[in-house]
Amino acid sequence: MSVPVITGLGVVAPNGQDREAWWQATLDGKSGLGRISRFDPDRYPVRVAGEATGFDPAEHAPQRLVSETDAMTQYAFAATNEALADAAVVPDDFSDLDMAVITANSSGGVEFGQRELQKLYREGPQAVGAYMSIAWFYAATTGQLSIRHGMRGPCGVLCSEQAGGLDVLAQARRVLAKGTRLVLSGGTDASLSPYGLVCQLSNGRLSEEHRPERAYVPFDSDASGYVPGEGGAIFVVESHDDARARDVERIYAAVAGYAATFDPRPGTGRPPGLRRAAELALADASLAPPDVDVVFADGYGVPELDRQEAEALTAVFGPGAVPVTVPKTMTGRLYAGGAALDVAAAALALRDQVIPPSVNVRPDPEHRLDLVVDRPRETRLRTALVLSRGYGGFNAAVVLRAV
Amino acid sequence: MSANMTFDDLKAVMSRCTGDVEELNPENLGAAFTDIGYDSLAVLEIASQIQREYRLQIPDEAIEGMNSPQDVIDYVNASLSAV
Repeated sequence: MSVPVITGLGVVAPNGQDREAWWQATLDGKSGLGRISRFDPDRYPVRVAGEATGFDPAEHAPQRLVSETDAMTQYAFAATNEALADAAVVPDDFSDLDMAVITANSSGGVEFGQRELQKLYREGPQAVGAYMSIAWFYAATTGQLSIRHGMRGPCGVLCSEQAGGLDVLAQARRVLAKGTRLVLSGGTDASLSPYGLVCQLSNGRLSEEHRPERAYVPFDSDASGYVPGEGGAIFVVESHDDARARDVERIYAAVAGYAATFDPRPGTGRPPGLRRAAELALADASLAPPDVDVVFADGYGVPELDRQEAEALTAVFGPGAVPVTVPKTMTGRLYAGGAALDVAAAALALRDQVIPPSVNVRPDPEHRLDLVVDRPRETRLRTALVLSRGYGGFNAAVVLRAV
Repeated sequence: MSANMTFDDLKAVMSRCTGDVEELNPENLGAAFTDIGYDSLAVLEIASQIQREYRLQIPDEAIEGMNSPQDVIDYVNASLSAV
């Protein structure tokens, strides 16, 4: 099979609710972080998040589907509509078994789930809606997209927290190699109900800084954790040959390389797996570190994890040898949507030959990174490396290459 | 609440369940739910809403037999007149 390529992109993010609005905001350094507005966060230690405020699901799906889905799936409805239109895909032109949906998920439909669980303990089992059975589980988004767009090929869902947004591209590559012609891939999450937030607190990594502009500052000496966000990105992925045969208007990038690793058990003394993921992904793409023009870092915002990532990057590339950026400083970490959004950013960076900035960060010189801050950097870009870590030990790396 | 269920009553219940009842009209009450865009979960949701609003116990087997809006109205009215 020829290399998989991304031919369509759709986005819902805290700083822009469609692809081009988000991309322009990202280049302009406009953050979508703010005080949580969905509920009064005063009783919680975490007050700042990246919310997709103003998103109207009814603009993107019929009311019937809106009633039976959580926000995480509604974001995917919107991003999918945009991605299919972008790739000029008309599902009716394909056989249903030739199209698959493979999304990442981490939050589940927690807002929907919280509402129904509250009915359960206030009014009893009879009060729980039937859609509880399908709205809040990890596979809900894949299932709804599969039904809505008539895509009945080898569908699936990957749950590896923030790494899932990259792992889905590897699964897309696998099914394309086995003959599927088109894959809807990516990830969206919506974790910001009170219940959803409390579930996240237990990992101890969320920022309790209340000033939005200081709450999420990866690679800064003031880094104190990360900010959660919602939204994500959906891609249309197909083989290069099929894309050319369809005479598509634009190929954003080839998925040239991928690798995943798992961190060793704590206490073993063995190093974390991020560096190996980066090296293996480059090897998978038959590329060497000097071929990489930009790195979209994971940028956890937790000091020890920032140090580990900086060490991995300087070990692979050398100190300050490659531009690094963390545009998620403007959105927070979107869990399954996070790395998917970074893939979208990398694809648009290749399209427009510009590196989007990281905002609010004063990089600690000890990390020895060439971090692109505050303003976008125009430069020749051919190859981008996207890194991601998911809570629990997941690491993934994807190499995107201009075609 | 009246002692029987009319078309408008059912339409109101369905509207509360799915928010979208444009395809429903008195002429297609006998049409299969699947033909007018309601899957089995939607029927389950409608039945559970009716159980709450009409204080009825509807066994699962009865829900499985509800293939059309008319079936729902007939079942509910038969049950209401039996109490």
